[in-house]
Amino acid sequence: MRGQEPFDDTGPSPVLVQKPGTGFPDPVGKTLPKDRETRPGPGPWRRALGRDWQLYTLALLPLAFFVIFRYVPMLGNVIAFRKYEPGGSLFGETWVGLRYVKMFLADPSFWNVFTNTLILGALTLLFCFPLPIVLALLLNEVRNRRIKRFLQSVSYLPHFLSVVIVAGLVMQLVAVDGPVNQLVKALGGEPTAFIQKPEWFRTIFVSSEVWQTVGWGTILYLAALTTIDEQLYEAARMDGAGRWRQIWHVTLPGIRPTAVTLLILNIGTFMTIGFEKVLLLYNPLTYPTADVITTFLYRMGVESSNLSYAAAIGLFEALVGVVLIVSANLISRRAVGTSLW
Amino acid sequence: MDRTRGYRVFQGINAVILTGVVIVTLYPFVNIVARSFSEERYIVGGQVNLVPRGFNIETYKLVVSDPMFWTNYRNTVVYTVVATAIAMVLTTCYAYVLSKKHLKGRTFLIWVAVFTMIFSGGLIPNYVLVNSLGLTDTIWSVVLPNAISVFNLLVMKTFFEGLPRDLEEAAAIDGLNTYGVLWRIVLPLSKAVIATMVLFYAVSFWNSWFTAFLYLNDGDLFPVTIYLRNLIAGATGAEAAGAGIAEASAAAANIQAVTIMLTVLPILAVYPFVQRYFVSGVMLGAVKG
Repeated sequence: MRGQEPFDDTGPSPVLVQKPGTGFPDPVGKTLPKDRETRPGPGPWRRALGRDWQLYTLALLPLAFFVIFRYVPMLGNVIAFRKYEPGGSLFGETWVGLRYVKMFLADPSFWNVFTNTLILGALTLLFCFPLPIVLALLLNEVRNRRIKRFLQSVSYLPHFLSVVIVAGLVMQLVAVDGPVNQLVKALGGEPTAFIQKPEWFRTIFVSSEVWQTVGWGTILYLAALTTIDEQLYEAARMDGAGRWRQIWHVTLPGIRPTAVTLLILNIGTFMTIGFEKVLLLYNPLTYPTADVITTFLYRMGVESSNLSYAAAIGLFEALVGVVLIVSANLISRRAVGTSLW
Repeated sequence: MDRTRGYRVFQGINAVILTGVVIVTLYPFVNIVARSFSEERYIVGGQVNLVPRGFNIETYKLVVSDPMFWTNYRNTVVYTVVATAIAMVLTTCYAYVLSKKHLKGRTFLIWVAVFTMIFSGGLIPNYVLVNSLGLTDTIWSVVLPNAISVFNLLVMKTFFEGLPRDLEEAAAIDGLNTYGVLWRIVLPLSKAVIATMVLFYAVSFWNSWFTAFLYLNDGDLFPVTIYLRNLIAGATGAEAAGAGIAEASAAAANIQAVTIMLTVLPILAVYPFVQRYFVSGVMLGAVKG
């Protein structure tokens, strides 16, 4: 493989050796370190810049994007410890230390939204992580290819909808005059304004999340399933394994790396999960169960202009997210040998 | 082996479950179509299910005659086109650079991007930044902050890495510089991945609403998602709770259904044609994580 990559600095390319001096970038061959010992040439960075400056220029605009819109906001979190004046400096005016951190730790509504976030995150993970695996296994048993493709097309569809549309559909479905209440009435119950009942919010949120994500979630599992060696199934059958045992001993281990990777990613987004949808679906009546950290800090920061206070909460949320993803990664590397990095 | 009785029973149950999945997935769409063509009084009566009751297209006429709806619809188109163009230029350039394995500092450049997947600045610092840059209430607040999706970037990088090196090399020998190689050799070879990325970006910008919600205050600048959001926000509002379902909010339900239909229509129209590109795009990204 290496010999085929002339741009790779592990070896000079045959083409470059044949045609030197055509203005093509110098290959950095294995002999160069020796040269440096005898005759100190330009430093490695100067040489790389001289050779690849055109490539580096291509990276400039994207790097500017990352610096301005991703890294400056990371530094901007410093306003969690500094007083920010609207219209003032991006990084706040005066140091106030842990004042805002203490403030939200002592705020009972913070602990309410923190609990809500954990519960909604846990419920979402509990349903949205395993169900795609189940659906993928079921789809995999469909022998007719056309039916299988139809099923997949249908189940992917909700993934392409805006969360605003999904929220709109949910509102229509659970409205007092909506189909859900029609069913309730048909079964002899009283129609309920589900969207205004705190006790129903979690059910509504998680089921709509499942509706939107489960089909799309099967893609990677279906891909993983096709890579499992057919001989493994044959061997399992020889050893007398029935279909269930084949699934248990061949199929599930086969998709384990995919599952672990997706689980880590899901855990990484645990804290911010679905907050846009919460923002669309909740209302003051359902705050007791629906309000999550991000919606809380949205109201605190953007609507009430307590930007430093909200930034402190946001920083806390982001740090919990990092701790979650790093520990999930560590645990999975130790336990099953698969990790993101 | 596959013909045991137990397996046939399983196949039967599987068919039932999967049919259920299809019904549950499609039902909300069918219901919204039915509602959008129904008369208000049947919706209020809870009588609209799979077929429209009191078929009419008056509500469509009503929504379509709202100039604000069209302004916002046009904004969505403009934002999607501009944002996708910017995103494609930035993503392609960076992905091409990252695909050059010999490049010094490549690992650092990759980490600059990947780190933002693990840790992000958060809502408030971003909000403060966009305000400080004076982007609020301009199209740039919508099209710039999410110009590069790291996932798309990695998909493209993987694709570029798989291109045959010989061609680029030969072109370089024939006197093309890096820009020429990228423009005249690499991009024409990458039509598949470019099409996929354009789709990924276009759909995400078409569907986005939160950036616009956060940074735009002027109704003339809203995308159609905000138009729809404002309609449904009227229905979530607590004020409707005490009064029960008044005449006004029932009319809103009818208009909501129509607006949902009109907003979702472009996606539904292109979906059958583009769906397989998405699938292959996701697979491509999955190859090397």
